[in-house]
This record gives sequence, structure tokens and C-alpha cells, in this order.
Amino acid sequence: MEFQYEAGTGSLRIFTPREIDECAARALRAEADELIDSYQIRHLIFDFSNTEFMDSSGIGMLIGRSKKMGYTGGSIEVEHLSARVQKIFTLAGLPQLITVKGEF
Amino acid sequence: MIREQAQEMSIRFDSYPENEQFARMTIMAFLVDLNPTVDELEDVKTAVSEAVTNAIIHGYEKEVGQVLLTCRKAGARVRITVTDHGKGIADIQKAREPFFTTRPDAERSGMGFAFMEAFMDEVHIESEQGQGTRIVMQKNLHLLQKV
Repeated sequence: MEFQYEAGTGSLRIFTPREIDECAARALRAEADELIDSYQIRHLIFDFSNTEFMDSSGIGMLIGRSKKMGYTGGSIEVEHLSARVQKIFTLAGLPQLITVKGEF
Repeated sequence: MIREQAQEMSIRFDSYPENEQFARMTIMAFLVDLNPTVDELEDVKTAVSEAVTNAIIHGYEKEVGQVLLTCRKAGARVRITVTDHGKGIADIQKAREPFFTTRPDAERSGMGFAFMEAFMDEVHIESEQGQGTRIVMQKNLHLLQKV
């Protein structure tokens, strides 16, 4: 599974896929971690513009990335959540942990 | 056309994570003629994704076994079962607690059962260690009037 991303100076924007389930979450985790380490990313953005579906596997992946960024004093945010994904975020209490910007 | 008489479907598939999408799409296709709202369809889709993921990630973990998914629709009532013959759940009450997971290594959030309960009307868990797990979920759809 390949994802689109944009890496600038210290910042990385990853465009998440249409559906985030266990398969996609695993692939996102591997890709994000590799990019974070190789570009020394301080600010990570997941852009949800294309994402229509996410289950709890996505929650685990995001909490994991939030912790990883936290260890090095970096930050994480998510953008462009659909109403559905927003509902999943709220149920899991994720907005307390991760900045949510630019609602759909 | 909504039939009052019950209709059932079942599929059995190998416990590869790639098959989660197949399971979700099959359920969607089976329920679409009930003309559910987008929200209701998404609720069922998420609950099925959680139950099937549990069977694959927790039930079978590293081995490959079979997952049985059944769905029964009768009027507006939908009943879904997800069965595996994997290792079973040691403590069902604990498994239901939000954020409890036995697989922090796999970055599991522990929200699987919480989501099933949030999105379905009823969720029953039957499990025996070494024998497997069966999840039974029910939901009443609020059918839209067909124009």
C-alpha cells in the first residue's frame, strides 16, 4: 500500500487512504515511522481529505504516532475529517490527544 | 423491496487482514436493499470491521484459521454473527472495557468492543479459551420511506 505525502522542512503531511482498517493502519504506521525518522520530522499532519471510513485500528495507529512525536517534543495534528471519522475520533476521546483542524 | 420474511447469508473466509474489507463489503451489499440511512450502514460497517478484526488479530493471532460471518435480515431487524475457532477470550468483562487491550504491541486501541456497542443495539460475546469466540450483534434499522 502506498500513500501520498509531502515532506517540508521538519514537517510531514500524509494523505490517508479511503478506508483505514487494520491493513491500512499497519501500512501507515510503517510508512510514517520511516519518514519521521529519515526526515527528522517535528510536525506530523495526517490529512484525512480522502478518508471515508476508519475503525479502531486507525485509533491505535494515531495514538502510537502521537506518542512517537511526543517522545521527541514534536507535534501531531489531523485535518479534514469527514463527519463519520469525526464521530469515531470523539468516541475514542482522540481530540484530547491530537489537534483536529479544518473540519470537512 | 423489503421482505418481512427473514433472509440469511453466510460467508467463511481465511483470517487474513486483507479479508476484512471483503467482509465489510459483503455485509453492505446484503443490507443495501433495506435502504438504510448512510449513518446506519456506516454503523454496521464499523461494528463488522471491529468484530472481524478481533477474530483475525486476537482469535487467530499468528495462525491462519477461518472466520464465519453470517447476517440475517427480517424487516428492519439485522442480526450479525462473527465466529472464530481461535484462542478465545480469557476475561470477557475486561475485554469489553474501553482502552483495554492484550495487544499493545500491535498498537491495538482497545476500542473494538466499545465501538461495537456504540454502533449496534445489542452485542453478545460467547467465548471459551482454546475453543473460539462468537459475537452476536443486533440492530434495528429505521427504514427510510421509498419514494
